Amino acid sequence: MSQPSISKSMTIGESGLAVVFAVTAFLCVIASAKALDAPFAFHAALSAAASLAAVFFIVNRYFERPAALPPQEINGRPNYNMGPIKFSAFMAMFWGIAGFLVGLIIASQLAWPALNFDLPWISFGRLRPLHTSAVIFAFGGNVLIATSFYVVQKSCRARLAGDLAPWFVVVGYNFFILIAGTGYLLGVTQSKEYAEPEWYADLWLTIVWVVYLLVFLATIFKRKEPHIFVANWFYLAFIVTIAVLHLGNNPALPVSVFGSKSYIAWGGIQDAMFQWWYGHNAVGFFLTAGFLAIMYYFIPKRAERPVYSYRLSIIHFWALIFLYIWAGPHHLHYTALPDWTQTLGMTFSIMLWMPSWGGMINGLMTLSGAWDKLRTDPVLRMLVVSVAFYGMSTFEGPMMSIKVVNSLSHYTDWTIGHVHSGALGWVGFVSFGALYCLVPWAWNRKGLYSLKLVNWHFWIATLGIVLYISAMWVSGILQGLMWRAYTSLGFLEYSFIETVEAMHPFYIIRAAGGGLFLIGALIMAYNLWMTVRVGEQEVQMPVALQPAE
Amino acid sequence: MSFWTRHQVFEKNSIILVVGILLVIAIGGLVEITPLFYLKSTIEKVDGVRPYTPLELAGRNVYVREGCYLCHSQMVRPLRDEVERYGHFSLAAESMFDHPFQWGSKRTGPDLARVGAKYSDDWHVTHLTNPRAIVPQSVMPGYPFLSANEVDPDAIADHMRTLRTVGVPYTHEQIASAGADLKAQADPDNAGIDAFTKRYAKAVVRNFDGKTGTPTEMDALIAYLQMLGTLVDFKIYNEKANLR
Repeated sequence: MSQPSISKSMTIGESGLAVVFAVTAFLCVIASAKALDAPFAFHAALSAAASLAAVFFIVNRYFERPAALPPQEINGRPNYNMGPIKFSAFMAMFWGIAGFLVGLIIASQLAWPALNFDLPWISFGRLRPLHTSAVIFAFGGNVLIATSFYVVQKSCRARLAGDLAPWFVVVGYNFFILIAGTGYLLGVTQSKEYAEPEWYADLWLTIVWVVYLLVFLATIFKRKEPHIFVANWFYLAFIVTIAVLHLGNNPALPVSVFGSKSYIAWGGIQDAMFQWWYGHNAVGFFLTAGFLAIMYYFIPKRAERPVYSYRLSIIHFWALIFLYIWAGPHHLHYTALPDWTQTLGMTFSIMLWMPSWGGMINGLMTLSGAWDKLRTDPVLRMLVVSVAFYGMSTFEGPMMSIKVVNSLSHYTDWTIGHVHSGALGWVGFVSFGALYCLVPWAWNRKGLYSLKLVNWHFWIATLGIVLYISAMWVSGILQGLMWRAYTSLGFLEYSFIETVEAMHPFYIIRAAGGGLFLIGALIMAYNLWMTVRVGEQEVQMPVALQPAE
Repeated sequence: MSFWTRHQVFEKNSIILVVGILLVIAIGGLVEITPLFYLKSTIEKVDGVRPYTPLELAGRNVYVREGCYLCHSQMVRPLRDEVERYGHFSLAAESMFDHPFQWGSKRTGPDLARVGAKYSDDWHVTHLTNPRAIVPQSVMPGYPFLSANEVDPDAIADHMRTLRTVGVPYTHEQIASAGADLKAQADPDNAGIDAFTKRYAKAVVRNFDGKTGTPTEMDALIAYLQMLGTLVDFKIYNEKANLR
């Protein structure tokens, strides 16, 4: 597409962003020099280096590119932008393995505490946020960004909006992960679960997230389809609500603009409520709504069947997002939170069972007439089993939100088991399934390098999940019962440390389960790598694509 | 027009869809969170709860930094076994000056809401340095490095000023003497002890880590742990007045 008649000049976006990053680099150098603590100095220096790199890449890209920007369409077909998707998909796989590995390390630390080595940087308390953030936000987040950029383009039949903006989103988001993750190791944390990053990382994420929303919305504006496809409703709910939650849970006042430490505006009981309003809806909107969008696009595509029920998806969508927001207080049962709030949280958590299962049914029944593919296509099997795990953990969740059940389960490993049946079974498997579909599509390959390896991944990971969650169920319920056990004389039967000791075998089984899950992911990474490297190119079909459902 | 046709307004207009999402997700949060800021019954009326002393605050920051909340809750529930194991159930008032709250969500180790004054300082130093030296079955990491890290007495006033901005009632006097108070609390021979204990009721003055010189993070963390749950005198606490 060489058009020599157009004289080449920088777009406003290119020149503007280059200037902004140049200024940012300068400010970061100053911040690094004036920093009050070493982690802040390190992060400021890192940001300065990253800003300079950004300036270089923007300018370099300008010199390398043709005078005209990429066209919106080529021969009447949308010219989809796959670059940022490939980057995000790669980072998802990278962070996934890193996150699973850290999970295995901390699981082993609980079984063999000597593995903490008495060092601050790798002690359990600092690695645990690294694990949760790496798997939820780094792995899950990159899967969501990659798939959402893919789905919104395909289902709108329009090229991703913006030229540099999508790159800003994917690279900027991963830079946030880098700042957050290195911060944890250096002891930079605001100690709010799943919202540990300090104020400057939060501010940066806010900017990235707003650009993400704008790119997504602007692509929808350009759509060639009259309807916005159902997956995009879920992606939108995920993006918008995460923004609201992030802002609501993180208003913090830094002690100094040159230091990492800040204090959160909310205190005590209000902070607790804000935290679990955020925490539970990070589950509801990050780990559920976003991944349901994946379900609504990738399962019909892979099964080559339409979504089971359009009406059910409407009810599913609105009921799910309305009810989820209320469920936070079930993390605070029997605490100092007022009873009325706890009861509301419990009530809505139980009601949440219905839309969750409505969504599950919509996903599973999409296979009507294509059930035989479960036998022949391990990728589809992975996607479908993920929905089954979704159904299981969204039954378990409402059950655990009932106060009497919660009095036993809370503070124990049962919660950890519950989270991992959702995280490994649902989020993990649906992500794996989506990546197995996405990588050949984005890199224009005929298919995966090896379906046999997918099969191995599926079974090894499934075995890992079963070991993990059953170990945690047993240890959780066992410990809960031991805490409340009384002797016939009316004394507490067990000291606390006896209940810790009883956990040891289950912690080993759990670590083994996590290890299997990690092995599965390594097999996957190899398979995807080979797909990209040696996979056969797909021949472009000359006919126009059918409109998306 | 059926409901399903009407719904098309959301499916065909992204801005209406976004507004719809915002309205639907706003309701639950507004109903559950906003009353907690104005309902008087939310936080009990209790005597004795005060902001943290400078040394306790420094210790609390170590507690936050090391992620202690990931294995230790600070929230005793009103259940028979917990009240017998840990002490009186936690009150909302006891964490009203906590930015952020540290109620926790997991008990890999025991609850710490009332750990104050349960063990000696010596016990804490040994236990934090090498937990298995005292409790062989423990799975807690060791924190020997805390003894080597000194706390900067000059930095703490800025922290208290920030906390005052977000609502913790530190007085001017408390902030002005923050650095001196931080040193005094870990030094029983300090001349400023009387003034310090007047500023912070029930504050304990001891050489927590047993070493002389500038207070260490070990001093600070133990000072914090030793005050946890000790501020409210439950012998005179009026349970009936705070039923809710």
